[in-house]
Order: sequence, then structure tokens, then C-alpha cells
Amino acid sequence: MNMDIVDARGLLCPEPVVLTQRAIKNGTAALTVLVDAVAARENVTRFAASRGYAVSVSEQNGEFKLELSKK
Amino acid sequence: MKKRNIWVILTGFVIGVAALALTELGNPGNMGFCIACFIRDISGALKLHSAEAVQYVRPEIVGMILGATIVSILAKEFKPRGGSSLMTRFVLAIVVMVGALMFLGCPLRMMLRIGGGDLNALIGLVGFIAGIFVGTLWLRGGFTLKRAYAQSLTEGSVLPAAVAVLMALAAFLPSLFAASESGPGSAHAPILISLGVGLVVGGLCQRSRFCTVAASRDAMLFKDFSMLWGFLAVIVTSIAGNLILGKFHLSFADQPVAHTDGIWNFLGMALVGWGSVLLGGCPLRQVILAGEGNSDAAVTVTGFLVGAAICHNFGLASSAKGPTANGMIAVIAGFVILAVIGLANRERTV
Repeated sequence: MNMDIVDARGLLCPEPVVLTQRAIKNGTAALTVLVDAVAARENVTRFAASRGYAVSVSEQNGEFKLELSKK
Repeated sequence: MKKRNIWVILTGFVIGVAALALTELGNPGNMGFCIACFIRDISGALKLHSAEAVQYVRPEIVGMILGATIVSILAKEFKPRGGSSLMTRFVLAIVVMVGALMFLGCPLRMMLRIGGGDLNALIGLVGFIAGIFVGTLWLRGGFTLKRAYAQSLTEGSVLPAAVAVLMALAAFLPSLFAASESGPGSAHAPILISLGVGLVVGGLCQRSRFCTVAASRDAMLFKDFSMLWGFLAVIVTSIAGNLILGKFHLSFADQPVAHTDGIWNFLGMALVGWGSVLLGGCPLRQVILAGEGNSDAAVTVTGFLVGAAICHNFGLASSAKGPTANGMIAVIAGFVILAVIGLANRERTV
């Protein structure tokens, strides 16, 4: 299991995507991204997919946990 | 085509058509929508400034905020949040307004001006993209206004409630407000139509996350071109509609509510582009986010309102005659302020 976590809760786009971009720059195989806005969830998911990551989303109390794994 | 792209293009198309319709029904030329000009007109109506030509409670702005509120509630996306560098956002909003009123329009009106054949707006677009590029460099360098936190329902509802009250007062007690008798502020579509169109466009923008800055910004940062489709949809719809209506006039001179000073059109929009990237979205997007209960965006919209008053009270806003010396000084000062705010809010996490 990879323990890398990007906490992008409360950040306005594009910051969650910028942070995700920075975190996967080194070809990380797995990464968890926390966001709390639907727009951020969509944008990070779209970005991760475009970079070849599978994304699974779980929601708790209006916050989203995005688990990225390299396909 | 991806669902997101369809929403974005639909939004761009509807904005283009709505803008043409509003102009036909009375709004000023190439000003079916303009977030900066309309908030400036509201600022005048509230007597925050006394420029007699630009005073009117623009129902489009009220409609867009409330449209975003209604649709976000229905979509369960109305989430009160805020607390991210409030005063910095307030100042950034004032700076963005200085740039927009130097150019005479927000990015959305810039697109509509291009649609009407106004070549000055094309120079504005080049400046806008240059400004966005500079903004993305700051983002890459770790610029952040820090996170927002969940807020109470009350906090998130303040701005939507305030504009609803404003609209009701403007409709039923118009004598409370200043109203232009000539000039752009006197040119407007019927209130209910403006309000209705604003509601629809606000709702659509909430769904599609439409943002004029994100179009270029995300293409530069992530090679994500989805929002660019919407950006192009507005311009293409607008050009086509103006051609059909016989209102397309390709020129620099004699364009409605515009001036021909290329350098300052460029610099004004560069300031808007850079400032909007630091704010996390264009003026239109701020209006929509404010409707969704984001009180950071609500403070930003309030900053636009105050910024517009400052622009007119201190002679910073351009007119059809061109920019003013004070406006030029203010735009330069705006760049310095953006650089200082950029430097002061860097956070390296890697």
C-alpha cells in the first residue's frame, strides 16, 4: 500500500489538480487525494484518467476520497 | 463526445444566444452580458459612485447568482464554505476590476466584443491569455490562498439573500436607487427578461463550471482543453448571430462602449487574466460560486462592487474616448500588487 496522500480539501480548482499533478510527477503508482467539492472531484478524476490512472471514489460527510492507481 | 464537453458547449451556445437576445432587447452594444460592467452599474445604482451614465440594478447579475443557488440546491451542491484569505481576495477583486474597466469589459464581454467584430477585443484576448500564463507560473510555483472551511447555512446564504432583496427593492421601490437617463446604464432589456435569462445562464454555468479563465489556464497547466470548447462556443455563436442580425462590424474604430488604445486594452486584460488565476476563476465563475454558497467568492463579488466604485470615483475607468492617466497608473499599481500578493502567498510543499 502506498501512503501518499494529497489533502486538497477546501481548495478551489485548479489547486487540487495542481497538487495532484505535482504528486504524480515522479510516476507514483498509487496516490490518495482528498477533496470536498464536486467540481474538484470531477477535475482531479478527469486529470488522473488522462494520465493513465484508475480512480475509485468514496464519499463520506460530503468529502471525497479519490484513490488513484496506475493502470 | 464527453458529457462534460456537451454541457460546456451548451453553456457557451446559450450564453452567446442570450447575449444577442439581450442586446436586441435593449442592452448596450456587445454587452448582452458583462460581469464587470453590470456590477459597476449596480455599484452606481447603489450610489457607491456617481458616474451618471452607468447606474442600474442589472437583473442579469441577480439572476445568475440565484440561478446558481437554485440549481446547486437541486443538485445537492449548495455547500457553504469560506475562510480562504478573505482580505487578499477582496483586494484581488479590486485589482481585477481596475483591469476590466481599463479594457471596458470582463472576459465574457471581451468574447462578445470579438463576436461583434471588435478588433480591440482581440488585442484584449492576447493580453488576457498572456496574463493567464503569468498566473499559471505562480500556481506552478506554489501560490495558494489556503484552504476554505465549511461554513454555516446562514453564511452561505447571505449574498444570495442580499441580491434577492436588492432585486425586489429595485423592482418595487425604484426611487431608492440611482438610474442612468442616458449612456450605457440607461440601455437595458426589460427587467423580467434580464432576470429570467440570468437565472437560466446562472443555472447552466453552475452545472458546467463554465469559466473563461479555466479555458486557457487548464490547457496550459494540464493540457485539458474541455473548457476551451465552451470559450469557442461563445465566440462562434456570437459571430454567427451578429452576422445573421447584420451587426457584425469588423474594425478597431467606432465599436460600442470600447476604445482603441491597444497597449492599454492588452494590459487591462492581462491584469484581469493574472488576477483571475490567483482568485481561482474569472468574474463570471466568482458570481456562480457565490451563488453556490461560497463566501470567499461572495467577498470577491463584493470586492468587484467596491472596485468599480473606486474606478469611477478616482477616474480610473476608461471611456469610449480612451483610458485615463489615473487608470494607467492604477493598472501598473495593480501588477505590482499582484506580484506582492503572489510572493507573499507561496507555499512549497514538495
